[in-house]
Amino acid sequence: MELFVTSLLNGVTYGLLLFMLSSGLTLIFSMMGVLNFAHASFYMLGAYFGYAISTKVGFYPALVLAPLAVGSIGALVERYGLRRAHATGHVSELLFTFGLAFVIAEAVRLVWGSTPVPYKVPVSLDGPLFTLYDATFPTYKAFMMLVSVGMLVALYAGLTRTRVGLVIRAALTRPDMAEALGHDVPRVFMLVFGGGAALAGLAGVIGGNAFVTDPGMAESLGTIVFVVVVVGGLGSLTGAFVASLFIGIVQTFAVAVDYSWHGMSISRVAPVIPYFIMVAMLIVRPRGLMGTRET
Amino acid sequence: MSPAARRRWIVWGGFAAVLVAAPLVFNKGFSLSLLCQMGILIIFALSYNMLLGQTGLLSFGHAVYYGLGAIISIHALNLVQAGWKFPVTLMPLVGGAAGLFFGVIFGYVTTRRAGTTFSMISLGVGEMVAACSLMFPAFFGGEAGVSGNRSAGGAFLGLTYGPQIQIYYLVAAWLLLATAAMYALSRTPLGRMANAVRDNPERAQFVGYDPQHVRFMMVALSGFFAGVAGGLSALNYEIVTAESVSAATSGMVLLATYLGGIGFFAGPIAGAIVVTLMQTALGSVTKAWPFYFGAMFLATVLFVPGGLASVAMLHKRLWDARLVKKAAGVYAIMAVPSVVVLGFAVLLVEMAYNASDESRSAFNALGITLDTTANGTWIAVIALTIAAIAGWRLAWRVASPRWSELGAALAGDRRR
Repeated sequence: MELFVTSLLNGVTYGLLLFMLSSGLTLIFSMMGVLNFAHASFYMLGAYFGYAISTKVGFYPALVLAPLAVGSIGALVERYGLRRAHATGHVSELLFTFGLAFVIAEAVRLVWGSTPVPYKVPVSLDGPLFTLYDATFPTYKAFMMLVSVGMLVALYAGLTRTRVGLVIRAALTRPDMAEALGHDVPRVFMLVFGGGAALAGLAGVIGGNAFVTDPGMAESLGTIVFVVVVVGGLGSLTGAFVASLFIGIVQTFAVAVDYSWHGMSISRVAPVIPYFIMVAMLIVRPRGLMGTRET
Repeated sequence: MSPAARRRWIVWGGFAAVLVAAPLVFNKGFSLSLLCQMGILIIFALSYNMLLGQTGLLSFGHAVYYGLGAIISIHALNLVQAGWKFPVTLMPLVGGAAGLFFGVIFGYVTTRRAGTTFSMISLGVGEMVAACSLMFPAFFGGEAGVSGNRSAGGAFLGLTYGPQIQIYYLVAAWLLLATAAMYALSRTPLGRMANAVRDNPERAQFVGYDPQHVRFMMVALSGFFAGVAGGLSALNYEIVTAESVSAATSGMVLLATYLGGIGFFAGPIAGAIVVTLMQTALGSVTKAWPFYFGAMFLATVLFVPGGLASVAMLHKRLWDARLVKKAAGVYAIMAVPSVVVLGFAVLLVEMAYNASDESRSAFNALGITLDTTANGTWIAVIALTIAAIAGWRLAWRVASPRWSELGAALAGDRRR
């Protein structure tokens, strides 16, 4: 019971973090029709910027400044890179984001070295929040949940209740019509890309110190986020949400559960499970859980 | 003999002659192993281009076939050591068979759809196999790898495959065979239908071909050739680690193929040669080589989507149209500004590397010692870089009308 509750809480925290990435990724997908390989790289940049800023001015300013910086980089990438690659087709776009992920990882290695940086949880959020059946729940996990739920609510409200959100949704579904009505669709795209990057950056700032901040973090999380988006259904925010929680909980439980089958313990199989789910999903139902269109 | 047939003989004869002569010219032990590495990457890249260039399938998991081919070959090599009678010369066939086997299995799963879905399933399959390789360390060797002994089979016609030169000629022979086979394949009805499926699957279906079947055949066959490359790598290095099925290997072959140019059969060959040379040459000069490598790839995607092969073709057309002199004029204007901008970019990267290095030595750029930890140095260098870029743009303003004139002349030339 104790293991179940703590694993569930850990799984939900991890799932919410995944959603901060997958929400941006799926929005960008609905816009470009191409998956952004470099999305997790923005998460990594967020973590490193968060580390750099928090050592200079503190964690709370970093929580605002780092995502803004990552968002601006994302907007620049869209304006000067992706838009150019778009002209030569989907394969070029995909390859561009693939190359970008490679370059960002190397740039991070150049600037901060290949070993993990000591990015620590701030003192004010360190320590246990409450104790549950002898197991403590850290305050920082609760803070992560709070930030991700807050962001989720803000994103939902922003997209459905504001005028900007209306224009974004219009530009995503009917770009020609939105353009005909006088909206600058390319600028909307740039905004969405920058916004998605900023969300990933925010996830990096709060996730980097909870897990580990090293140049390999983008690759290890990036593929999981891909799995989430595919399983949830490309272009569907609700699907991404459900799949994020699902994958987050499954992964946490697979590591925690101590059960073995024919000498093969579940925790050893854990890393393969998400990919297995993804491949199975693509074969059985390529639309994903809640996708409206095929990949 | 028709002129076309004569040209074909010249090209293939020249290729064979280069393969035979290469180790006589580059006969140091180091360059010999470099040549072997190159040959293996050429086969691997050509097999990748069967998918990306010929069938329009962008795969992110091609290392699966290469790596599994290599691992099964090394296990087969250990069986030979234990007494199994199988000629080591044919070991790449074992790798190829393994590649074909997994190509059939994974190809059946992945080719149900083309485009982005294919890319993503291939990524998923690649990650799945890579994760499995860490789960079964006994078979995949884990981080330490499985090692073998390539001279296990004993001498056959005086060939023991102990010395590197013998392995080189083995690689060269398989390279020639595999290249010829892949070229021939691109000329068969299947190869042609693959092009049709790439360009317009719907119309291919109307003519009576099942696009899924064509894609499946191409994935399975390209798995075979990737497996051959894997088998050769097992013989060459005598060790196979889990890295050979990893995403990094898949990325490397994608980079090499695209850099060389996916639109031409010879493109991946050029790409593989350039990538191997760059790895060694840049790797010995700077630790930042993967960064330059990635930046070069990004520049290729953005500015030269056709890769090196398309640049070569452009110059051939300029030569044929007698426009080389004019093009040289444009290059003469742009050469100095480009070198200066590039120099400053490299300087910035190297400074960043030096600043992050704990055990740094004094940073020396063309005889000037720079303090990479001081903000002043950085501001000065960045300002100079911006000035250099501004200068480049000014030069381009002069050169660009001439360049578009050239393009127009070429287009006119083609129409005539």
